[in-house]
Amino acid sequence: MPYALTRLTTRRMWGKTMPTVSIENFAVCTGCEVAVLDIGEALLGLLPKLDFVHAQVLMDNKWWGPKGDKDKLEVASADVGIITGGVRTEEDKHIALDMRKNVKTLITLGMCAVHGGIPALGNMSTREAMIGTVYSTHTTEKGQNPPQGIPGLLDRVYAVDEIVKPDVQIPGCPPNPDNIADAVVALLSGKPWSLTEKSVCDDCPTKREKKAQVALKRPLQNPDFKPGAPLAEMRCFNEQGILCNGPATKTGCGGHEKTPRCVAAFMPCRGCMGPIRAGAKPMVDMMGALSSIGLDAKQIEDRMAHFNRYIGSHQNLRVLPKK
Amino acid sequence: MQKTIVIQPVTRIEGHAKVTIQLNDKGDVEDTKMSITTLRGFEEFCKGRPAEEMPRITTSICGVCPVSHHLAAAKAADAVFGVEIPPAGKKLRELLNAFAYTEEHMLHFFFLAAPDFLIGPGAPVKDRNIFGVIRAMPEVATKVAVTRTKANKAIEMIGGRAIHPVAATPGGFSKPLSAAEIETLKKTGKDILDLAQFTMKYAKENVFPKYMDAIKTLGVIKTGFMGTVDKDGAMDLYDGKIRLMKADGTHKDFPAADYDKHIKEHVEPWSYMKFPYNPEMGAFSLEPNAPGGMYRTNTLARVNVAEKIRTPLAQAELVEFRKAFGRPAQQTLLYHYARLIEMLYNAEYLNQLLDDPEIRSTDIRKPVTPRAARGVGSVEAPRGTLLHDYETDEKGLIKYVNLIVGTTHNNGPMNMSVKQAARSLIKGGVYDESILNMIEMTIRPYDPCLSCATHNLDGSLAVQVDIRGAKGELLDSYRN
Repeated sequence: MPYALTRLTTRRMWGKTMPTVSIENFAVCTGCEVAVLDIGEALLGLLPKLDFVHAQVLMDNKWWGPKGDKDKLEVASADVGIITGGVRTEEDKHIALDMRKNVKTLITLGMCAVHGGIPALGNMSTREAMIGTVYSTHTTEKGQNPPQGIPGLLDRVYAVDEIVKPDVQIPGCPPNPDNIADAVVALLSGKPWSLTEKSVCDDCPTKREKKAQVALKRPLQNPDFKPGAPLAEMRCFNEQGILCNGPATKTGCGGHEKTPRCVAAFMPCRGCMGPIRAGAKPMVDMMGALSSIGLDAKQIEDRMAHFNRYIGSHQNLRVLPKK
Repeated sequence: MQKTIVIQPVTRIEGHAKVTIQLNDKGDVEDTKMSITTLRGFEEFCKGRPAEEMPRITTSICGVCPVSHHLAAAKAADAVFGVEIPPAGKKLRELLNAFAYTEEHMLHFFFLAAPDFLIGPGAPVKDRNIFGVIRAMPEVATKVAVTRTKANKAIEMIGGRAIHPVAATPGGFSKPLSAAEIETLKKTGKDILDLAQFTMKYAKENVFPKYMDAIKTLGVIKTGFMGTVDKDGAMDLYDGKIRLMKADGTHKDFPAADYDKHIKEHVEPWSYMKFPYNPEMGAFSLEPNAPGGMYRTNTLARVNVAEKIRTPLAQAELVEFRKAFGRPAQQTLLYHYARLIEMLYNAEYLNQLLDDPEIRSTDIRKPVTPRAARGVGSVEAPRGTLLHDYETDEKGLIKYVNLIVGTTHNNGPMNMSVKQAARSLIKGGVYDESILNMIEMTIRPYDPCLSCATHNLDGSLAVQVDIRGAKGELLDSYRN
């Protein structure tokens, strides 16, 4: 992903020179924030190098500005802004726009911010249908539905880059803590950071013979593997007929250990790192990859949502006319 | 004198909430509301997905308790496919759950709640956070950080990923444990048990006695409680029957699949989060002096509804707790105490599971066949009884989903605790920042994870208070 990055402007505070950092979170599950904590001991080394000016996890929140202006949120100015979560409400959009103006380098952290993430599966429905379903389940009593006096929902879930242009995007659901730490270290030394444009298969140790053994089947049973034996002795999921999104998914989920995490648990990839390169369409790439080993992708149930599970923004998933 | 006070965001909770306090013309509290300000709509967009994918989709409801959603979804999918999972598969799921519980209870006690107690509710804002804890007691903080990292690695080893695990599947579990992995997990298990014992002792000596007055008064409300128990009435976090206890201590049990006979969800337009309640406990009312239908979940609720705990150290703590506070204990701040009892239980239990020869079995997953059916899966998430209810068509694709998650059960009670605290603390329009902090301290014990109800992680005690005149004009503004 192209971005221009100059050495972070630093400012002097308490006798130290540190870049200022501001963090905002939108429609998230909090997994990205926990992933930051999961950096572990290395985090203790990084934190003293950063001067947080706005981060609910660390310090005072100053959304409402110095005088608490009643009509407008004020987003902090900083050298680095970080956004987690997709843009779901009017308030999220407002904050994203202001943050872009007020920070020098804008980072999107995690699939929701980068591509819409799981909540963007909701882009296959209208906002009205969603509110209708949520507030009409069989245990829900009829009442006046939200929102009243709280932020309204946008028509769909937007990735942050559909609203403003980020400088650095860190994919993953959630991102591997190694990748987050590497990105921060690179930025601190004024270097660009991005993951390689390779697929999950490039880091997957399973055995491939470029030919499927059986037709596609749903993952309703475990793949064949020998417990205790190295992964390299297991045959590729797709070649065992178990749909795996590895061929069209960017690698990096394994962090420094490389081995894709789901595969290490004998589960096929579901695409949480997103497309291998900007603009790629995993659905098209997957159809090609499957047919090249003799599989018929048309057999796949719920194909559209499956191949776009984490990337429903950017018009990859949209409301389809009723049949 | 009429004023509206807005506390936004409520902090050091896992999510975005906003508290509005309305003062009447005498400056006393007229009304309060705690609102949740976003919605993601899983019940809509899970429709059409294959049931076997649900354990991998619904984890994203919450990055703080993904293991709970993962397991509830796997259990609901087991029921939909009509499969009885192998015993070793169940034990692996329970092992994953027990490690996750210890990790989460550590996170909440030390990172989110402890600053109020270890540093003090009136301490300077710059110290009233995890960094203050690190400065004040570096050795404890290091012990916690190191153990938490090990717990995370254990969760990843068992479930595939620490956040959004993948190994629980309809029919069982995908990944058997090797002998080497079990040895590593045992080492971590011992460290976790050490930390759980240390924390309990430390809190009983240094924390709880200091705040006994606050425990007795702050945010205290009277409600029923809900939690899961096994056939003998012992605390069970993975499976069992749901027990609903009235404020007077009487209780009844029902299977999870009958949840909809006992729980209704009320809707208010000022919050995206629904308000579950039990109609048998009265018509819906958030009035602290006359609550209707209100029950609570999470640590205190589980400790209250259980007859006993199956592990010896935690059982001894339960006996001591019950002697001091009765059953059911109603004081909201006791959630923290109950959380440490549960941390100890899970620490003991995971070590028991690791010593069980069956945990090494490779017979862990049965194949399943799609069919049209309905299935309810329930576990105790750290924040309360978690219910996933799915209905599938003949291809096994999801037709209907109903989710009731831990934190939402406490939506009504949290609103009541806020109201109780605001009424007792704000009189004649007089209040300051520390009073607003005290009001937030009545929300924090519930450890609300509003990601589950939809949203994200906050950390420090950031409070913004706008004071407005009757026409909404801004009169004054405070921030800490």
